[in-house]
Amino acid sequence: MADAPHDRDDAETEPPRVFATIGLTKIYQPDTVAVHALRGVDLEIFEGEVVVLVGPSGSGKSTLLNILGGLDAPTGGRVFFGESELTAFDNRALTQYRRRHVGFVFQFYNLIPSLTARENVLLVTEIADRPMAAEEALAMVGLEPRMDHFPAELSGGEQQRVAIARAIAKRPEELLCDEPTGALDSETGIAVLEAIETVNRTLGTTAALITHNAAIAAMADRVVKFAGGRIAGVERNAQRRAARTLSW
Amino acid sequence: MAPLDRKLVRDLWRMKGQVVAIALVIAAGVATVVLALGTLHSLQETRDAYYDRYQFANVFAQARRAPEHLARQVAAIPGVAQVETRIVDDIILDIPGLEEPARARILSLPDRVGARLNRVQIRIGRGIDPDHPDEILVHEAFAEAHGLVPGDTITGNINGKARRLRVVGIALSPEFVYVIGPGDLVPDNRRFGLIWMGRGALEAAYDLDGAFNDISLRLTRGAVEAEVIERLDGLLDPFGGVGAYTRHDQISDAFLRSEIEQLNNMARIIPPIFLAVAAFLLNIVVTRLVETEREQIGLFKAFGYSDLAVGWLYLKLVLAIAVLGILLGWAGGAWMGRGMTALYIEYFRFPFLYYLIDPAVFAVAALASLAAAVAGALYAVRRAVRLAPAVAMAPPAPTVYRHTIVERAVPAGMMGPMTRMVWRHIARWPLRSATTIVGVAASVALLVLSLFFIDAIDEMLDAFFFRSQHQDVTVQFADVRQDAVGFEIAHLPGVLAAEQFRAVPARLRHGHLSRRTQISGIEPDAQFSRLFDPNDRPIALPPFGIVLTAKLAERLDAVAGDVLTVEVLEGRRPVRRLPVSLIVQEYVGTAAYMDRSLLNRLMVESAAASGSHITVDPLAQADLMRALKDIPVIQGVTARRAALDTFRSMIDDTMGTMVSFYLLFASLIAVGVVYNSARISLSERGRELASMRVLGFYKGEVIAVLLGEMAILTVLAMPLGCLFGYGLAALLVGLFDSDLYRLPLIVQPSTYGYAVLVIAVAAAATGVAVARRIAGLDLIAVLKTRE
Repeated sequence: MADAPHDRDDAETEPPRVFATIGLTKIYQPDTVAVHALRGVDLEIFEGEVVVLVGPSGSGKSTLLNILGGLDAPTGGRVFFGESELTAFDNRALTQYRRRHVGFVFQFYNLIPSLTARENVLLVTEIADRPMAAEEALAMVGLEPRMDHFPAELSGGEQQRVAIARAIAKRPEELLCDEPTGALDSETGIAVLEAIETVNRTLGTTAALITHNAAIAAMADRVVKFAGGRIAGVERNAQRRAARTLSW
Repeated sequence: MAPLDRKLVRDLWRMKGQVVAIALVIAAGVATVVLALGTLHSLQETRDAYYDRYQFANVFAQARRAPEHLARQVAAIPGVAQVETRIVDDIILDIPGLEEPARARILSLPDRVGARLNRVQIRIGRGIDPDHPDEILVHEAFAEAHGLVPGDTITGNINGKARRLRVVGIALSPEFVYVIGPGDLVPDNRRFGLIWMGRGALEAAYDLDGAFNDISLRLTRGAVEAEVIERLDGLLDPFGGVGAYTRHDQISDAFLRSEIEQLNNMARIIPPIFLAVAAFLLNIVVTRLVETEREQIGLFKAFGYSDLAVGWLYLKLVLAIAVLGILLGWAGGAWMGRGMTALYIEYFRFPFLYYLIDPAVFAVAALASLAAAVAGALYAVRRAVRLAPAVAMAPPAPTVYRHTIVERAVPAGMMGPMTRMVWRHIARWPLRSATTIVGVAASVALLVLSLFFIDAIDEMLDAFFFRSQHQDVTVQFADVRQDAVGFEIAHLPGVLAAEQFRAVPARLRHGHLSRRTQISGIEPDAQFSRLFDPNDRPIALPPFGIVLTAKLAERLDAVAGDVLTVEVLEGRRPVRRLPVSLIVQEYVGTAAYMDRSLLNRLMVESAAASGSHITVDPLAQADLMRALKDIPVIQGVTARRAALDTFRSMIDDTMGTMVSFYLLFASLIAVGVVYNSARISLSERGRELASMRVLGFYKGEVIAVLLGEMAILTVLAMPLGCLFGYGLAALLVGLFDSDLYRLPLIVQPSTYGYAVLVIAVAAAATGVAVARRIAGLDLIAVLKTRE
């Protein structure tokens, strides 16, 4: 195990822990050959942090994010969300967890094509406990003027910003983003990162981002490096760089 | 196996649910064709072979008393091949265990030589010994109903004399394949039977030595029936001939023909519905398949497979599904045909039954199905053929959704995003949504159609047995009797009220059209035989002219006020011109009515009757029946209750089987349509439904989005299906319209309700089966792929 958050020198001002994983393993066994996606991962993520997960394909970062988001269950080890143990949840409790606490952003946006931008957000706010107005969420990502368009009428960057608005409208505790700029050019990618940054700053939402793009790591509080299903190292950025200053 | 064929087999396996659902719909269509045409063919072949082998006559005539030598003159008529004279009469029998007297028709068989025409086949026992005048043959149906075997004796009232008759054999005859008593609606083998007796014995009993009262003719090929009939009528006229008729008016043959006609109608109406639905299902399934396999199609073409090879691949898939359906349909149709044929054996008495389905029937069913399947899939296959490789490998243009009319009609706050998703998906694929609606509607319609039969028959029974007839028992006199007999009947034990009627056979002519029928003379204020106008309101018998049932009026092209030529075929055979005074509605037969006293005057007879309708004190019914058995002038007794019960039990038998077939078939359509629509919807929307699950929607909520669409389409299909069903019922009423009977076009609300309920349940069950797949959606995979 690499750098643990407990080792931070400013431990006395440490914000509350959002996630903690202990000895997390995941083995996929589609046929007879077992694939070890995670080989014992211990990680903590704290409130208000922006954590960027980097590493080559198959290093286990997406698997970890999916487990944190309640989309997948580990083969071994335990996962805590605050004081609750996610690994003890049944299917229905996991659905409820996703519904209340998690905001997802994916590489391919996964918007509902038959709903307008506003309706895609409404879809989630309708089932949330204390949501913001859909318009407010869209304004936060700069999409208010285009909110009555269908996804097919929006550019990729705009669609991804709708996805972010949809993810944050329920005021989730954490925002889990898997390659959010993977399908976008740099200009639109930065606009999307700015939206994530805005949400993190104004709402204090913890954000975990997976990326292949090393440049993005600069906007994180911490960068977690994955290799072969393990955490190969954790780096803390002394200064987070604003998304708009990034380039690639 | 070529790689493309391997792909075909795997695709079929992967889509097995849809493949089976479509194959079953095709199978239902094929099975109906095989069932209907196969049974029709079997019935026709059997009938033709039977008629031929047992020399069923072509022309029939009755007379009062004609000298035997007349037969030679009849044989000399051009076109007549063979002649057989007989003595025939209607009698009553006293059967132990049967309260009322049974009615029977007694027919003579030539002594010592075999019958030339209408030969009987002795099934059990032996032929009649002319030296024993008490020996009889009994028709198998009647014998079975009463457990009669050779050696038994029964008592019959022959020409006013009680006779003990000894059964020596059980027989069948081509004249009585469908055994139905005069005036009956359905066969009643307990109360009506056929008896054959030696010619000599009957000549003695009826004092018809060297004479006959019934003649049958077999014609040569190419003989003109009308001409033969005219000459025959001319010869019989002086001897009380009542007008010859052909097989067309021979009751057994008419029913057999009507049955064959019905099977023909069934083969024409029902299968096209199934094949159309199957074609539509193949269309949506193959369209979707080509859509999801665009990239593969592009690859095949890039590798050098020709457009035709790719098209052929998808066409083979369609053909494979069709062939599966055809094989299932062949087997199912042959199996059901066997069941149907077994049912026929109960009602149609053949000495043998060919159950051989013409290979052509199988071929026709198969070809029609293949054609429908290919037609259904052609458009989609063509798209695969025309897809340019470069276009195919590029991702498809995103699906563009729009706001729908339904949303505009509903206030903004009333409709949530999930409901909008449902409506927009319906509106996005209007053709598919419309065809899904039509498909489900077809299943509702089919069910309405099958249940409509029960409604129609109930209405028919109600009209016949309850609204128009009010007697408990009808008594027919052996001969025309003066009213005194009627009064005598009225004073029998248990009789509460009696009403006489006079019935004469007659030929009605209007212009060049003519029709043989029976004119019933009834009392002007008749309580027991009431008339109803075409709007089903009771109407009084006019004191003048002749009343026609609507069907008879149609056949004669006559309306009220037209003058008909009425040729009575009995007694002095008067010919009169009479105006049509009224048209009445009846579902059975083509009767005509007159005031009885008017008919008596026409017949130049004083107050005379052919029978009496009576109401009976139920407590004294047994006494009355006993008394009637001993009255020599009585030729027949019909109890309304018994006739109704017989009808009901026949309907329960035949309709029960039919309705359950249709129930199965209609459900197959509903299941096929809903299953395929839901599967395709799931395939198209799997990604967004999985996304919803990721966003924290419960399975039930996601299922609601998937099935909401099916539910809306199904609900929309219901009224349409009821409408279609009514249309099909109307079509069928038109096709069933015959002189024997008509079906009233009445569909009860409960029929619609039941059809809607059954299809709703079938659709819901299918939806739930598809919805279970929501649980299997791979939430992670869907996030990793571009749409």
